[in-house]
Amino acid sequence: MSNPVSLHDRTLHEEPAVTLDAFLDQSNATAVRIEPDEDVRALFPFLDRLALIEVSFPAFRDGRGYSAARILREAGYKGELRAQGDVLVDQIPLMRRCGFDSFAPEHPVDPEVLKATLERYDQFYQGAADAAVPVWKRRHESALA
Amino acid sequence: MYQYDQYDQSIVDARVEEFRDQVKRRLSGAITEDQFKPLRLMNGLYLQLHAYMLRVAVPYGTLSSRQMHLLAHIARKYDRGYGHFTTRQNIQYNWIKLEDAPDILAELAKVEMHAIQTSGNCIRNISSDQYAGAAADEVTDPRPWAELMRQWSTFHPEFSYLPRKFKIAVIASPEDRAAMRLHDIGIELLEKDGKLGAKVFVGGGMGRTPMIAPEIKDFVGAEDLLSYLEACLRVYNRYGRRDNIYKARIKILVHEIGADEYRRQVEEEFAHVKTLGIDPPVAELERISAFFAAPAYEAGAPDEIDLSDPDFRIWVQAQTVAHKQPGYTIVNISLKPIGGIPGDASADQIDLMADLAEKYSFDELRVTHAQNIVLPNVKKADLYAIWQALDAAGLATPNLDLISDIIACPGLDYCSLANARSIPVAQKIAERFADLDRQRDLGELKLKISGCINACGHHHAGHIGILGVDRKGTENYQLLLGGSGAEDVSLGKITGPGFDEDGVVDAIEKVTDTYKALREDGERFVDTYRRVGIEPFKEAIYG
Repeated sequence: MSNPVSLHDRTLHEEPAVTLDAFLDQSNATAVRIEPDEDVRALFPFLDRLALIEVSFPAFRDGRGYSAARILREAGYKGELRAQGDVLVDQIPLMRRCGFDSFAPEHPVDPEVLKATLERYDQFYQGAADAAVPVWKRRHESALA
Repeated sequence: MYQYDQYDQSIVDARVEEFRDQVKRRLSGAITEDQFKPLRLMNGLYLQLHAYMLRVAVPYGTLSSRQMHLLAHIARKYDRGYGHFTTRQNIQYNWIKLEDAPDILAELAKVEMHAIQTSGNCIRNISSDQYAGAAADEVTDPRPWAELMRQWSTFHPEFSYLPRKFKIAVIASPEDRAAMRLHDIGIELLEKDGKLGAKVFVGGGMGRTPMIAPEIKDFVGAEDLLSYLEACLRVYNRYGRRDNIYKARIKILVHEIGADEYRRQVEEEFAHVKTLGIDPPVAELERISAFFAAPAYEAGAPDEIDLSDPDFRIWVQAQTVAHKQPGYTIVNISLKPIGGIPGDASADQIDLMADLAEKYSFDELRVTHAQNIVLPNVKKADLYAIWQALDAAGLATPNLDLISDIIACPGLDYCSLANARSIPVAQKIAERFADLDRQRDLGELKLKISGCINACGHHHAGHIGILGVDRKGTENYQLLLGGSGAEDVSLGKITGPGFDEDGVVDAIEKVTDTYKALREDGERFVDTYRRVGIEPFKEAIYG
């Protein structure tokens, strides 16, 4: 596995993530790992003391982690949110919109391709968990101001 | 119709460059076919039996003449001179070279078109009523709502890797011309207390487990619609089955947990999502609606026209439908000539239809889910000229909703999933019933053929349905009766053991003979079937 790619300006959190079960079992860990079939809402009481939530993507086709990320951000989680596993470079822009800010793909990602991919779109139709202003808001900016 | 602003155009242009880069990486070997597959699929590019197939999106089936001309151009320049209109109101090209695909997308982008999300496990092209904006029976024009949802669903960050594909249809008439309740989400627009909103049905579909969508929400206002849909999709994305591709559609989730429990989960999610501020203001729907304002109809256009030419009269009776504007009508152009391939049109035919739309239909065309083309805004006084032009181009077959107006999937002639051919069966049936008087005597009879259990040819929803299967290495055709994709939605029942290609044509003839013997005054085939049940038909076929 290559080193995680960071899109945030903090240092990457290095403590290994524990499983959700281990975490809920009283752990003092500050990093936890979520599998696709686990309910991230179980973490809601602990969001303040978590520094890293790692969302596992065992297969790139399994998109449950995208919802997990948004739900965490919508609940106010501010720490590092990492997509780990079978993460393809072309998926990273969508993941970023869902609130992920670091990536640990199993297969190495070409930094130049990643850069071009992240810069390609500058307009987005819908609001999500990132700071992008949706197109409908731009269209009605003056009226909504 | 809708016109892009700089935001829409910038998104589609960026998509062309993104796909160009993805193709380049594939051709250079930087990514494997396995990694490329989901990327090309998200852009409507399939690898079929003989070549790549490109499916171009026709949002809610609406096209301008300029766009239609471009579709002809693509057929000529990049394909073999024809295109195939699909049951999702799109067009697909069957002989595309991978290296040409980025250029095709660039040409499409110039006329505000794309192939975004025409395949893949994402929200597909939003389909709608082909008579939208023109139908005498509609509550409102559903297309602005469809456009609102098109934009919301385009590159949706959370819902691009769903358990399975996701299809949404929206209608606004009591008559359902879009098979609304056979979609993952079906929306019926209606008025309640003087306000427009959506009745939402979730969990319909065809495929190997056909289901009619139950009503999940009786009314959602425009200001809440996208939040509500987001909640519907989030529950599905999190809890839809991913262990078995055949059980991954939302219909299975809704069926397994029950409509009430699904509704409860959606309501809970909606209460949360609604707080996020993701719904555009109603002014956005109004902005979009302005593009769909009624064209400048001529006041006082005559309703009476000269029908003394008998062939013309038959065509007018068969192919035109009531328009909301006096003196105007809706014209259906049949892409089902006897012996032809259902839904296919040559580049010249596509150009001709575009010209007719420009001259006679305020520059607009529609694609129907039954694989025909519609000119939605035609002055009755122009019908004779239109008919003559269509007739000269082989496009004046007067068979709308008759037995030869067959929906058929591409089948084993093209498709890598198919178990049996569909096109030759459609051709044989049309030839057997070629006599127009005989077809007219049988009346409305919707016949639909799928070449495998995935049901792209909508066989479950046919008054008569045919399902091609593989039986010990030979093509075998099962017969279904009594389905409907309309407002009287129902699922067809299999009659019994299947047939070979000629056998199924014979069986259909026995079915129609039985109908003729049993029908009462004014009964369509499906009405008689519902009254008498399947037994008399089985008796005639197998007895």
